[in-house]
Amino acid sequence: MSEKKPTSTPPSKESGFSRRGFLTSVGVTGGALTTGILTTEAPARAAAPTAVGPGPVPFTLTINGKPYKVSLEPRTTLCDALRNHLEFTASKRVCDRGTCGACTVIVDGKAVYSCTVLAIDAQGRKIETLEGISTPEHPHPVSQAFVNNDAQQCGYCTPGFVVAAKAFLDHNPNPTYEDVKHGLGGNLCRCGTYVGVRKAVLEAAKQRHGGTNA
Amino acid sequence: MPEETPAVAPDYHYPPMDQRKVIGTRVSRLDGIAKSTGAAKYNSDITPKDLLFAVLVTSPYAHARVKSVDTGAAAKLKGVTAVRTILDAGKEVQWEGQEVAVVAAVTEEIARDAARLIQVDYEVLPHLVREDDLDKAGANAKPAGESVTGDPDQAFKDADVVSEGVYGIPVITHCCLEPHGLAVAWNGDHVDYWPSTQGVSDAAADLGRALTVPAANIHVEMQYIGGGFGSKFQAEAFGVQCAQLSRASGGRPVRLFLDRSTELLIAGNRPSGYGKIKMAAKKDGTITAWQSQTWSTGGLGGGGFGAELFPYVYHQVPNRRVNHTAVSTNCGSARAWRAPNHPQASFLTCSALEDLAAKLNMDPLDFFLMNAGYTARAEAYKAQLQKAAELMEWKKNWHPRGEGSGVVRRGLGLGVSTWGGAGHGSKCLTTIHPDGTVVVELGSQDLGTGTRTIIAMVAAETLGLPVSAIQVNIGDNKYPQSGASGGSTTVGGVSASTRKSSVNAVEKLFAQVAPSLGTTPDKLEAAEGTIRVKGDPSKSLSWKAACNKLGVSKISELGENEPRRAAREGLNTGGVAGVQMADVSVDTETGVVRMNRMVAVHDCGLVINPKTAESQVMGACIMSVCAALSEERVMDQQTGRMLNADMEFYKLAGIGDIGEIIVHMDITPENDKRGVIGLGEPPTIPGIVSIANAVANAIGVRVGRVPLTPDRVLAALERRTA
Repeated sequence: MSEKKPTSTPPSKESGFSRRGFLTSVGVTGGALTTGILTTEAPARAAAPTAVGPGPVPFTLTINGKPYKVSLEPRTTLCDALRNHLEFTASKRVCDRGTCGACTVIVDGKAVYSCTVLAIDAQGRKIETLEGISTPEHPHPVSQAFVNNDAQQCGYCTPGFVVAAKAFLDHNPNPTYEDVKHGLGGNLCRCGTYVGVRKAVLEAAKQRHGGTNA
Repeated sequence: MPEETPAVAPDYHYPPMDQRKVIGTRVSRLDGIAKSTGAAKYNSDITPKDLLFAVLVTSPYAHARVKSVDTGAAAKLKGVTAVRTILDAGKEVQWEGQEVAVVAAVTEEIARDAARLIQVDYEVLPHLVREDDLDKAGANAKPAGESVTGDPDQAFKDADVVSEGVYGIPVITHCCLEPHGLAVAWNGDHVDYWPSTQGVSDAAADLGRALTVPAANIHVEMQYIGGGFGSKFQAEAFGVQCAQLSRASGGRPVRLFLDRSTELLIAGNRPSGYGKIKMAAKKDGTITAWQSQTWSTGGLGGGGFGAELFPYVYHQVPNRRVNHTAVSTNCGSARAWRAPNHPQASFLTCSALEDLAAKLNMDPLDFFLMNAGYTARAEAYKAQLQKAAELMEWKKNWHPRGEGSGVVRRGLGLGVSTWGGAGHGSKCLTTIHPDGTVVVELGSQDLGTGTRTIIAMVAAETLGLPVSAIQVNIGDNKYPQSGASGGSTTVGGVSASTRKSSVNAVEKLFAQVAPSLGTTPDKLEAAEGTIRVKGDPSKSLSWKAACNKLGVSKISELGENEPRRAAREGLNTGGVAGVQMADVSVDTETGVVRMNRMVAVHDCGLVINPKTAESQVMGACIMSVCAALSEERVMDQQTGRMLNADMEFYKLAGIGDIGEIIVHMDITPENDKRGVIGLGEPPTIPGIVSIANAVANAIGVRVGRVPLTPDRVLAALERRTA
């Protein structure tokens, strides 16, 4: 049996509809096409979409309080912009489609999967990466609690977990054990560190806010 | 003279349990802060100057012949620096995702565009991608021959009770969060190689062979690895090509880490395990016979289970007939997956044992206990079964299979494990500097198991220093050769080599300082940050003062773990037992299984760091929850493709899915005397079947196939009521 195919990828994932394929094939600014949490603020900015690209577009990202001038194709995700172009590599690329949480950053105070946000749509927003939250010299209480409770093994999911936990505690200063299990359900670990993560988040809550629910 | 070599080999034994200051204490992992602040740089994070990004073209077919590959348009795209065909016309692809071509460009976006421009023409060939129904495997099924012990036919005839069942555990993938990949720069006759690898010391020779570059010209560095689990040993086909892309791009570094779907397709998996099993017993519960016809696939090469695996742990059943069939499929190749073949063997055996116990109307705990004589370490299994039962409150919570009422039914189950785990070959260099600095160097790697930390702990114990005084250098092939991390061999290997190099180094130091303490080297000990006379702590020098006596010469001493001699030296051995128990709740209306608790009891000889050892076991229990309840590679025979090559539908457990986990490390003077034994693998073995057995206990019927998804649970319940 012979089947002539014009390209290398006839029945591949690229040919069907996927969030990822959609995101990486469009280049329209204005927020109308953003996903997830960012959409809540989209309508106001969606009034006059401007077509940009293809090809690199200069713009500025505000990361950990500092402006960074970049020139990126509009399809570049925030995750790839941080990792490939700016060396903010705490945010890891794992599933690359909004499932695992390893790329989590905080945008305007909310935890966001950076693989599902286009960098160009993050203009004008306050982006916090783990590098801006916690350093080896001045670890954030969540980072320290992860060490104390051995909430990490290979460590590849850890930065995303720490950022998600920080954002979670910002909004839920006194979580219960059950709250932690629900609140951090958006991050996946392969080594199996969840027992330590649960303890770490509760310990960090106590540290930061004097919370007593445990 | 101080530099005289001692007449007898130094005593490398660890101090007695009650005299240890560091080993056995709970030490937080040394690289913990680096990881939890994002400062830890994995090789997928590095961006050397002039970095290029490579993207693969992979086969969409499970089996096809490449008719042509046209890379012309891709090569012309602005920003592309090099293109390579991996499979030329005429070659066959044997599984979906197999590498066909690869392209390097100045940005990842351009490389993706270029990959899409590469035109591959295929002649599609017939494929087989499913093995669950052995009857459909045809010529791809290759029987491995029968192994018979005793007289199984007579034993089945004479039996009071015979139990039969069909069980299956599917292929699962490693799903490392950091995908397989590398960065590499090939400049002239030198290669810089930054792989994600489980074998830093071996990686240069492996890549060098493929490139025909001397291993001595290849510098390997990897400080952190985002998961391997047995799948990251080799220089990949695409890795070798990335080196070629670098050379073709003027030596610029090239980075390629697989996208998630390719990671799940080609970067390793665990063979499946299916089996038709028949067992016989006397009325009193004594097992008399075993018969198994198992089959499995690990990709094109089939999947092999040795006859020595069955029955698992309870191996010495006197009458047994064992058959196995390897099924060759057009799927990505299997690789070692934490405890190769053991989770499958434990699942098949302990499922059958539990079914037999149910047929005998016996509590499986009693049944496993009374037959422990068939295991190689009866006393260890008995003790561990009893300890696990105590922690699970088994006798209070267990009920006969299927008893209970209401929509949500609770059940308990158990499973057992065994593993080797003796240390691999490892060399370590301990250096004591005249300023008191201590550096310990090995060409080893820390997979997240805590290897860095235990190396520092062993050196600290030996030198009488705090852990913080030890600088550990690993992750680079410029350090002494140390084995790859597989088979749970690392902790035994690196602890022994570190112990020996540190003993050797401190003895040199004793020789240097003995005269100033007015004694001989053999009378000295290193303890509490001093070098002092044994039994007379008033005669002492601080560590720093002692090291100052070295003048300008540092002490650098090697130590080596040689596997053949290790047991005699008492530093490490192999052979462990383990018992896990699960407590589940099953919703009989929805088929959903929820974890309540798991109990894990494991021995691993001398435990250096109980904190990280417990983490290993907890992680393994959580992996078992994934494999028991949700994780499965789903193949479609129609298209030859994997239906869930992503993380939405290749489902791992989340933080709320795992219940509570209770770990008991079997730390006893007896186990301690055996020396250090690896732990990475054994706790991944018995958990899956303990959950499957708990579900059978809860709902009164066996769900033969894991993962125990709601549809399978409901189908089994329907059979019960039909």
